[in-house]
Amino acid sequence: MLKHKNTLMVVAFSAAIFSCPFFLNAYWIDVINNVGMYAILALSLNFIVGYTGLFHMGHAAFFAVGAYTAAILNTSYSIPILLLLPVSGAAAALFAYLVARPIIHLRGDYLLIVTIAIVEVVRIALVNNVFGLTGGSNGIFGISRPEIFGFSIRRPHEFFYYIWSFLAVSVFLFHMLEKSRFVRALNYIKNDETAAEGSGVDVAYYKLIAFVLGAFWAGMVGNIFASKMTLISPQSFNFWESVILFVIVILGGSGSIRGVILGAFLIVGLPELFRQFAGARMLIFGAAMVAMMVFRPQGFLPPLPRKYPTHKIKPGDETL
Amino acid sequence: MTLLGIRNLTKKFGGLMAVNDVSFDVEQGKIVGLIGPNGAGKTTVFNLITGNYIPDHGEIIFNGRDLAGLKTHKIVSLGIARTFQTIRLFKNLSVLENVLAGCHCRMRSGIFSSMFRLPSQRREEKLALGRALKELEFVGLKEHMNLKSMNLSYGNQRLLEIARALASSPSLIVLDEPAGGMNDYETQRLVGLIEKMQARGLTVLLIEHDMNLVMRICEHIVVLEHGALIAQGSAREITADSRVIEAYLGIDDEED
Repeated sequence: MLKHKNTLMVVAFSAAIFSCPFFLNAYWIDVINNVGMYAILALSLNFIVGYTGLFHMGHAAFFAVGAYTAAILNTSYSIPILLLLPVSGAAAALFAYLVARPIIHLRGDYLLIVTIAIVEVVRIALVNNVFGLTGGSNGIFGISRPEIFGFSIRRPHEFFYYIWSFLAVSVFLFHMLEKSRFVRALNYIKNDETAAEGSGVDVAYYKLIAFVLGAFWAGMVGNIFASKMTLISPQSFNFWESVILFVIVILGGSGSIRGVILGAFLIVGLPELFRQFAGARMLIFGAAMVAMMVFRPQGFLPPLPRKYPTHKIKPGDETL
Repeated sequence: MTLLGIRNLTKKFGGLMAVNDVSFDVEQGKIVGLIGPNGAGKTTVFNLITGNYIPDHGEIIFNGRDLAGLKTHKIVSLGIARTFQTIRLFKNLSVLENVLAGCHCRMRSGIFSSMFRLPSQRREEKLALGRALKELEFVGLKEHMNLKSMNLSYGNQRLLEIARALASSPSLIVLDEPAGGMNDYETQRLVGLIEKMQARGLTVLLIEHDMNLVMRICEHIVVLEHGALIAQGSAREITADSRVIEAYLGIDDEED
């Protein structure tokens, strides 16, 4: 029963989203595109913050590495940007591995401070044009558009399908992972690290993998972002971006895919509806955050308990 | 045959000698009790065996392999599972998922096979689920499997920790005060359960303050005081040992 209800919800939501291009103008489609990109980024952060419970406020750093990898390789060697999608992901994942490896044993607030430092170091390195590759504070321009079978994606309506299809695939894969020992292991760590290790979970390894996988996806979104903007500069990857992603995960419901997507709509989409109150926006935003944390600390849509097909197990079945 | 051999185990915390040159053997298939007054270093010995602490000196030989310096999860996969003195469950997860945690180290599926739900991964999940249900049935918690573990009664939480430990297919299970906080009826059930574990071929090492329980089921008892081993032997030998009586009851100055 519940399963059917959930399937129905997913179908209804997908239908609503994918009908957007038929009645929204370019401006609003661009807003929806931004929501989609933030949603994928927040879903990638969800591995670290949501499932594993690690305080990580430097996710924009991984996003930046992916975007700059795509931009540099595309503009210097004219490699098609779409082919660079996995390369951006891999570069961000490698970077995450290198920076997370020495700090992975840090707990709570200590880890938080280090991750904030990472995103600042990356931004400052980009501004200072390290290795003469990043174009300093002006950034890199002239990044080419993605091309599929000779068809170039450039208008907001075209990017809409690109971004939201990518989101749909990501959600599908992440949903599968949620039902596996991988996300379970992350949840054990979130609940009690000592008990997780004592039950046979390699805590340090899984924390690191959460970082690497989250960064891989953030890097790929960086690639999409670079090809959408055609121009990237360090301002797009500041600490504030990391905070927004963090807030999306916590406010939406940490560890919950539908919660994170809702969070992206609330944090990125909703303010656009109230543009005329631009001055009061941050005030309302702050007040809403305080109210949420007091009255609903688990977020709007916390994760549902996982269901297991226990009825399919017969007493005589072979077991582990 | 000796399953676990502790040799000259020593651990200091600053100036405090928590475990001082302790040696004893745990024979395969036996139920062994580790007792002693509060602060005798019993839990420290457990934490050394399970890799939570690294010994300053000495060896922990399990199945012919020295465990000193190995990480806890590695030791679990070699076949030593434990429960905690202060219950440490995954509070927000279901009873079933708590037991599945124990299966984790016996599973191999990686991220890729999970993302694409390859047949090998699905098969393994089903095997693990079967194992988890079996262990829940073994400790008598199957009907509670969908509850959040934090909603179980205290005694049942202890049983759930045991089920989680058993799900990792250990050859040695290490129980830290399994009867702590249990009433007489629950303790009674626990005794039956420990005997059932032995019948399954498991070796049991336990810390317990309930002397009744220890004397009833432990075939070999090791007594610690101030970090040092003061006596070991059968229940009868231990109860007759003057140093043990001294450690537990104190000495009367006037009789000295």
